[in-house]
Amino acid sequence: MEPTSAAEVAQRLGATGYLCDDELATVVFLALRMQRPLLLEGEPGTGKTALAEAVAQSLGLPLVRLQCYEGIDATQALYDWDFPRQILHLRALEAVAGAAGGVEEAEKSLYDERFLLARPVLAALQQAPAVLLVDEIDRADDEFEAFLLEVLSTYQVTIPELGTVRATTPPIVVLTSNRTRELHDALKRRCLYHWIDHPGLEREVAVLRSRAPEVPAVLAAQVVAITQQLRAEGGLQKPPGVAETLDWARALHHLGSTELDLAGTAATLGALVKYREDGDRVRQALGRMLKA
Amino acid sequence: MSTVHGADEVLLGFARALRAAGVPVTSDRSRAYLDAVALVGLGDRGATRAAGRATLCGSPDDVTRHDQVFSAWFGSPEDLPRSRPAPATRPAYTDLPATDADGEGEDAEADEIVRAAASDQEVLRHRDVATLDPAERQRLAAMFAGLQVRVPRRRTARHVAASRGRVDASRTLRASLRRMGEPAEIRWRRRGARPRRVVLLVDVSGSMSAYADPLLRLAHRMTQAAPGVETFTIGTRLTHLTRALRVADPERALLAAAETVPDWSGGTRLGETLQVFLDRWGQRGTARGAVVVVFSDGWERGDPALLAAQVARLRRVAHRVVWVNPHRGKAGYEPVQQGVLAVLPHVDDFVAGHSLATYARLMEVVAGA
Repeated sequence: MEPTSAAEVAQRLGATGYLCDDELATVVFLALRMQRPLLLEGEPGTGKTALAEAVAQSLGLPLVRLQCYEGIDATQALYDWDFPRQILHLRALEAVAGAAGGVEEAEKSLYDERFLLARPVLAALQQAPAVLLVDEIDRADDEFEAFLLEVLSTYQVTIPELGTVRATTPPIVVLTSNRTRELHDALKRRCLYHWIDHPGLEREVAVLRSRAPEVPAVLAAQVVAITQQLRAEGGLQKPPGVAETLDWARALHHLGSTELDLAGTAATLGALVKYREDGDRVRQALGRMLKA
Repeated sequence: MSTVHGADEVLLGFARALRAAGVPVTSDRSRAYLDAVALVGLGDRGATRAAGRATLCGSPDDVTRHDQVFSAWFGSPEDLPRSRPAPATRPAYTDLPATDADGEGEDAEADEIVRAAASDQEVLRHRDVATLDPAERQRLAAMFAGLQVRVPRRRTARHVAASRGRVDASRTLRASLRRMGEPAEIRWRRRGARPRRVVLLVDVSGSMSAYADPLLRLAHRMTQAAPGVETFTIGTRLTHLTRALRVADPERALLAAAETVPDWSGGTRLGETLQVFLDRWGQRGTARGAVVVVFSDGWERGDPALLAAQVARLRRVAHRVVWVNPHRGKAGYEPVQQGVLAVLPHVDDFVAGHSLATYARLMEVVAGA
């Protein structure tokens, strides 16, 4: 069930369509064996979230996703009580008054598991083994980070009315960050760290070919060559990620292009770059490439 | 490396060398490193490196340093001589002599002197920090602790309990539940408020060198007083300084900052460094919605057009851009430098920044932003 080597991790991830290099495979392997959360940082669009999905798929485990945002707190990450249904339950008890036991019994029945709304972290503990993806942890506040750290070091959650929920197998945790702020050292120390870079030319072509097999090989190679060149040159306000490369290739394919040309590019530019100034640069780069 | 004997020592030695190179390696990190290497096997050079990167590093900067120390410690494949890297020497920390003002304050018959010292402090508050002698500098440094730091606040999407505002359905229901479903009093909620992020960009190029020390003290004071203050130095390159300034003691923090910044008193390429800041940090979130304070005299050696474009971009991302120029407050100052002319149309506030008094005023500008 569990992979026994980094090579096996790479091979299994590859089978799901996620192509990774040796280093990333090694880090994932270590995270699985050492049962440590994996902290992924890198430019947007380099496949941080996709990795968590691929790990879940390759191990045949459910993926539970917690999207972080400013102001997220424990009730949105752990659990909450379903108040309307609890009230409804009370009314129902009233309606059949006399049938049920005393007040205490009625009170107890209110905090039944069926009124518990399991939010992602609790859900991941309950469903263990599972993959818990904590997406964009850098968007949450400091306090939430501290709270998360506690859950990640014990893999258990205490609900006062019900007791402690402990994961039978610790979930595999993947955290992603876009580095919009520096995370706490305590959280980082708990995690294995990996910086995901944009893939090299060959790997990106391979990714494109496996994710969008309908795109002709010539077009795929051209699209990747342009995006790699744009990233290398710098100067773009938002360099395209792998996701944008995929979008662009698919968009061109939908228009029936089999090769890059200026007309097709002009029509599909919105899939690749998101700033007007960047669009001008792409057109220039393409002009240079078509001449060469 | 091929000998099994002493493998742990070699690895722990590497972790120590890494710490000497400035990566914050703690003992639990070195433990994890040993475990990780044991799992992937010491024979595999690439995997050993991956294990070190994953367990010992916490940022891209750490990874860069790790790789440098790695090739020095384990020998690079291109067969560098295997030698231990010399441990990075840190400047010794020396206690500063006690300031004159403090000693005199305790003196019994010192009414006169206290008053003199007080007015002396008042004078010092308004002096241009670039013209101070070392003793005055030290006295001024102590005065930074008394600087009132105020940061702006912003409304959040999150609601907090309040005595009026909008109906808080969830809390009302909860209260009602406590009475077994009987309707209870209605609870209210309002939008909360949080401190707005403040980003300081400090120009440490040659022309600003006389102001670097007080500006970093100011940054340190702000970092200590308010959460969410981020500091970067700009000049020929961009350096993230927040971690160094989190050290509580100002002298230690400034030493740490001095070690972190590689381009003291270098040239000025504001446009390029601002672009790097926006690409790497700013646009993605650090500057988004923040009050960005740029400390610079605007002596730009690069292309003023690029500088103007980047400041314009900064303004679109940030909530407010405050430009602090140390020469602004001086008699006869005219904004004539190309760099200043380029940025002026794109900044919200253009304020002076050459004395403690102007820094106090700056705090008000920032708080009101």
